[in-house]
Amino acid sequence: MTEVAWGVEAWSEVRASLDSCIKCTVCETACPVAAVTELFPGPKTVGPQAERFRSGGHSPDLSVDYCSGCGICSRVCPQGVRIAELNSRARSELKRERGAPLRDQLVARPGLLGRAGRPVAPLFNWAMANSLVRWAGERTLGIHRRAPVPRATTRTFSYWVGHHSGPKSARRVVYFHGCSTQWYEPHVGRKVTAILEHNGYQVVIPKQGCCGLPLQSNGLFPAARKAVTRLARQLVTGDASNLPVISSSTSCGLMLKREAREILGADSQELRSVSARTYDIFEFLLELHQRGELRTDFKPVPLTVAYHAPCQQQNQLIGKPALEILRLIPGLSLVELDRSCCGIAGTYGVKREKYDIAMRVGEPLFADIHSEGPDLVACDSETCRWQISAATGANSVHPLEILHRAYGGS
Amino acid sequence: MNTLDTDVLVIGGGSTGAGVAWDSALRGLHVTLVDRQDFATGTSGRFHGLLHSGGRYAVKDPGSARECAAENRILRRVAADCIEDTGGLFVSTPEDDLEYADRFLAAARAAGMEVEEVPVGVALRDEPRLNPRIRRAFRVQDGSIDSWKMISALLRGAQAHGATVLPYHKVVRVIRQGNRVEGAVMEDQRTGEEVLVQAGCVVNAAGAWSGQVAQLAGCEVGVRPGKGVMVAINHRLARAVLNRCHLPSDGDIIVPVRTVSVIGTTDHPVADPDDTECSPEEVHQMIEAGELLVPGFREARALRVWSGSRPLLPKTEGPAGAGDREVSRSHTVLDHGPRDGLEGLVTIAGGKFTTLRLMAEDTVDVVSRKLGKEAKCRTRTEVLPGSESHRFYWIGNRQQEAETDPPDDPLICECELVSQHDLDTVVARRPAWRLDDIRRALRVGMGPCQGGFCAFRVAGMLHQEGRYGRAEANSALREFVQERWKGVKVISWGAQARQTRLDRWIFEGVYDLEHLPE
Repeated sequence: MTEVAWGVEAWSEVRASLDSCIKCTVCETACPVAAVTELFPGPKTVGPQAERFRSGGHSPDLSVDYCSGCGICSRVCPQGVRIAELNSRARSELKRERGAPLRDQLVARPGLLGRAGRPVAPLFNWAMANSLVRWAGERTLGIHRRAPVPRATTRTFSYWVGHHSGPKSARRVVYFHGCSTQWYEPHVGRKVTAILEHNGYQVVIPKQGCCGLPLQSNGLFPAARKAVTRLARQLVTGDASNLPVISSSTSCGLMLKREAREILGADSQELRSVSARTYDIFEFLLELHQRGELRTDFKPVPLTVAYHAPCQQQNQLIGKPALEILRLIPGLSLVELDRSCCGIAGTYGVKREKYDIAMRVGEPLFADIHSEGPDLVACDSETCRWQISAATGANSVHPLEILHRAYGGS
Repeated sequence: MNTLDTDVLVIGGGSTGAGVAWDSALRGLHVTLVDRQDFATGTSGRFHGLLHSGGRYAVKDPGSARECAAENRILRRVAADCIEDTGGLFVSTPEDDLEYADRFLAAARAAGMEVEEVPVGVALRDEPRLNPRIRRAFRVQDGSIDSWKMISALLRGAQAHGATVLPYHKVVRVIRQGNRVEGAVMEDQRTGEEVLVQAGCVVNAAGAWSGQVAQLAGCEVGVRPGKGVMVAINHRLARAVLNRCHLPSDGDIIVPVRTVSVIGTTDHPVADPDDTECSPEEVHQMIEAGELLVPGFREARALRVWSGSRPLLPKTEGPAGAGDREVSRSHTVLDHGPRDGLEGLVTIAGGKFTTLRLMAEDTVDVVSRKLGKEAKCRTRTEVLPGSESHRFYWIGNRQQEAETDPPDDPLICECELVSQHDLDTVVARRPAWRLDDIRRALRVGMGPCQGGFCAFRVAGMLHQEGRYGRAEANSALREFVQERWKGVKVISWGAQARQTRLDRWIFEGVYDLEHLPE
């Protein structure tokens, strides 16, 4: 593994990458946001071009806030310009200078909503489905009335963890489940644990907080840095300081792998250590399979599943390991949805002024889903699943839920 | 032959000439200013853009330091739109003598500069890319100044007070009546037509070329062109001007000006001020020198290299063998009447961009006395066109404006954010002869792609609007691309080499530039 820079140096490297831009415009043609709105001038314009006009002082451009942060630009750039990272940094400067609205402060803290919703989950879920409440939410907070919101649960994932005793094993992994599993989709965490245990692993699940990703994507860097540094500390507690860290949330996994370093310029011993050991769940399972260690005692799953690889999963540069694993399942009819972005980009598409843009971005994907008419849509990212379900009415699941089913789970 | 009558004929449209025109016009004199090319194409358009605090000269040349400190304050008052208030730092790098820092501080205070020592930690916090091994740091009132904006503002101001300005008018003959200069004949470089300008007084403000102009009048001015090489780096490496705190030498200043950082400079006597060749060795020297102020400097993208010729006038023609930095950077007004027995001619020689206003004041004091039309100089307080709001230029200005550009006003130059409307405005104000004239007015072609994506757009639009015929558009494009290439060829490595490759594919592969119809 090559040495990577951390802290201020990491950010300096990102900024210096603007020098590599040769104006080829590949990023502009790939950007899903610029393709549907004039409010966003495009990644080259807002990224390496605008960066030359930013030097301390105050932010000259507001349009950078219309970057969804999907990261496609950085991925397609043939010259290695860290366009999305530059944009993210510029947005944080903008927020630092002008302040972030209450709405951004709220959606950037998924645990807050989860904590508030849990004791009154049925009421909360009723309210979130109530058009009058949503209308009021749009008027007062600026959260679009049709934007997808997660469903609260009464039993958190950590509650389940407290009552779960898995088999002991010499082979252990740490599970980084993230906020969504904790507050909204504990079943995902249960299934991840079951799959890993089925493959002979003991799953260590430390008490853990938010990785700071939503804070980061809303430009609230100091809070995001604090969150991710704290999380890294939580993930190395006890005797778990050398184990693989498994993430089932693609964007949160990417935060630990790269974004804490490259976008936030965060740095700590624990963070360096955790970052180097973080795996996406399917990346980990595929490695097992390649070593011949993955159990393949699959039952047939007679379903048609359309798979969408989310942007933040693609940005991990690990290919589409979920597809490769799902292909092993007998009876499963798998369709690869070859579209770039669903539009939601974390919390971007829930905002009143960006909802329509996000919907237009996702339109080609939604159209494919409609024409394929699958039994299920599989997607590794929670916010993308919520967006896809809200936009198409399709039932969307994490691909590991299908794997879980193939292993005989329900 | 067309004949013009004027009080003052100014030869040279650089900072000095433009300053003289503005000062003369404000004193009620009728001025005609001519240049062999477009304005600001000589030394003024080829410097690093530093608005001196005086720090550079504090120890070695206290007179110049005092002048700079005072003029800096005045220019900030009257030309805010052309100036960016970057501030400056003088830092003692590990290679600099700490004892010099004490002398520097004392000399800077004696020169009337605003200077304060700042803790190293503070300097490094403000400038994260500054060498962490610096040992002392002093904050001064350096700034950066846009020479093209400044000269354009001076000329517009002069024109508003009745001045006539003639670009591309090269002096071919100086008209003498016995021991008196009475004017000059200019040839319009675009049409070949000659123009006679009869003047009460001729001011030779040709800077490094003033020796050549003096010769046309039949006298000698021993100006010695001193070549300095500069390299522009793609983006700002620092917010403030960074100076090494030591006796001035090569490559010890990094100036944040407009979108780039400029490192300068060298000092090399040349015979011909038009000698602007930059050798790979000189470039290498600059890049290596930058490393001392900003570690990692050599990895940054060098955009372009160029050189300019300082118009140095050694005292009594200068001691033989002395380096140019041994002579004062102050200016001298030479009245050729008492000096050479030749009336009607004044040469302003030496000096530097920062002191252009003072140079003009001193010159016009002499000129107006000779003309018997003495009036008080007004340039200390008269605000230049564009600077009425007294707001300094800020690096984010264009980005901020681009945010509000209507969608039907597309960007022509993406690197420097020039829109079609900007182009139309500039061309309507003053017809362009070369694409390079538009570059100086708008910075078209000065960004990372060095014209790769904008040159053909500009040429095409000017053709479409009927300002260029087909052949004119083609040759203007070819000439511009060649001109851009000159400043890139010696720094073609890394990202700029990849850019150059892409640009050449565009020009050769798409446009077949070499074979465009004449």
